[in-house]
Amino acid sequence: MFWQKLIARIGTTAVTLIGVAVIVFVVIRVVPGNPVAMMLPPGATEADVARLTALYGLDKSIPAQFLIWVQGVLHGDFGTSITTRQPVLDLVLGRLPATLELSIMALVMAVAIGGTAALTGTRLRGTKAEGAIDVANGMALSVPDFLWGLALILLFGVLMPVFHISGRVTPSLELPFTTGFYLFESLFRLRFDLWADIVSHMLMPALALAIPLAAIIGQLLKQSLKETMHLDYVTLSRTKGYGENHVITREALPNAILPTLTLVGVQFTFLIGGTVIVERLFSYEGLGNMAIDAVINRDLPLIQGIVILFAVIFTAVNLVVDLLYTVLNPRLRHG
Amino acid sequence: MADLTDGRGAVKRRIGTRLWLAGGWLTLLLLAAVFAPLVAPQDPLAQDLFLTRLPPFWEKGAEAGYWLGTDSLGRDVLSRVIYGARLALVVALVAGSITCIIGSALGLMAGFLRGWVDLVISRLIDIWMAFPPVLFSILLIAVIGPGLHSIILAIVIIDWTRFARVVRAEAMAQGAMDYVASAQVAGRGRIGTMLREILPNVLPTIVVLLTLEMGIAVIVEAILSFVNLSISTDDPTWGGMIAEGRASVYQAWWVLVFPLITLFLTVLAFSQLGEGLKDRFDPVLR
Repeated sequence: MFWQKLIARIGTTAVTLIGVAVIVFVVIRVVPGNPVAMMLPPGATEADVARLTALYGLDKSIPAQFLIWVQGVLHGDFGTSITTRQPVLDLVLGRLPATLELSIMALVMAVAIGGTAALTGTRLRGTKAEGAIDVANGMALSVPDFLWGLALILLFGVLMPVFHISGRVTPSLELPFTTGFYLFESLFRLRFDLWADIVSHMLMPALALAIPLAAIIGQLLKQSLKETMHLDYVTLSRTKGYGENHVITREALPNAILPTLTLVGVQFTFLIGGTVIVERLFSYEGLGNMAIDAVINRDLPLIQGIVILFAVIFTAVNLVVDLLYTVLNPRLRHG
Repeated sequence: MADLTDGRGAVKRRIGTRLWLAGGWLTLLLLAAVFAPLVAPQDPLAQDLFLTRLPPFWEKGAEAGYWLGTDSLGRDVLSRVIYGARLALVVALVAGSITCIIGSALGLMAGFLRGWVDLVISRLIDIWMAFPPVLFSILLIAVIGPGLHSIILAIVIIDWTRFARVVRAEAMAQGAMDYVASAQVAGRGRIGTMLREILPNVLPTIVVLLTLEMGIAVIVEAILSFVNLSISTDDPTWGGMIAEGRASVYQAWWVLVFPLITLFLTVLAFSQLGEGLKDRFDPVLR
């Protein structure tokens, strides 16, 4: 049962990824203007343009180009970037850690903030404070990460300049890192000075990404807690003499958390999608920022590589969440 | 029981104020956009290099007639915010409505007709969900070129799934209900049932989604202007002003603050309108 489901899910995931690849491939080849002509110096001859076009395979028909590209991908070759002339895979993998660190930090912050809001709201239910939390949740929910990012830039970058609002790390610092995971590696190497600098750069963009998700978590978890609090077993534990805090966190929470968990999975992909514009806003050197540059420079192979990578991440997250749900939900596991 | 009715009354009151505030702000914005030439104190495009980066009226060094200050080219911030409302509202109304019609139609068909129609549409939704939406919209604008039509087209192409997903689920739930079966027994055809029975019942959901989509459309336009891919750089857009304000935030914070506050309030108003309508449609509260 479980394995059948797994295989079916992997099948639909493959169809989705092929669909994404085809659409990107066709869309970016409709771009007006020859991208190759832009990378040559002004004095280049027609023959030069033709030679370079052939080098990138852009003189063939779109289906032929697609087949060549797919063959390359199956051998781990995603083509060569037109602007930097480096392999796309190297460029993309070089930026991936920065985006992953930012997304994960944002996710952790969202869970912490949203979880706290839900638990506090439940503990203080019926009071003015609960109303205030609900209003704050509603506002946080309706305003997207782009606007939160700008507001944070104004508040903590300009009015009270306590955090960095540009870049990933102070440029003058010397970095001893061998991987792209600066945040984790600085901890691992016990370089807390570097770690503090990196966190100070990441905090604002991560918070901008986290606020809308935190609001969603806060709302849904509070709703499920509210329903659970009325169940008999919760009343029973209260009559046993447990305090309200214990009843909420130990008795109600484990049963209320499952719907939130599934939702967080889906919403996490939206958060990762949001990194594109938030990275731009904070000049953070991640995948999204590189993607926007690639579109502006009409770097077709690079755009293709980045979009595919995002699609792989999204579908992988969804797959993991689905499987986790099956594993965690006893009703599905045995049924 | 008294407890319950009191709670209901409080919720109702809160919805009322929310709807009024949101509706009031959007009406104000609409009036400002329509009568922009009459309301705006200055020409939004007029540059004056002697009046660059003037602060807003309450700060020292402000100049009468430039209430919210000027940008680095000496253009009046207030007038540009007012003229920017034109583009924002056109995008919200036109892109929102077209997206709504196409997305809802596809969702309705997938959810009620099922079979291969559902299979195709659901697969398409899956593929669309695997694209990062902001990157997708930037890519589309790069392909079809900048301009108002391109922005609207890009929003429709990207956001139809928001409607299709929800309407499909609703239509599926409605399709399983008894009234649908009895309508078919009474001799209605499949398409007739879909349009006369299912559609009216999912319409409240569609209206709520539409107001939310309008807020999203305003943001997408701002993001595209911010990345400098929207309209021409001269036309006043909120996103364009924000991009400029972000670049000169340390010299002239007001160039960023005022379009940002306007955008904040507008997005908030659209979503509160949606939330308010949702509660209005909720039979328990009604």
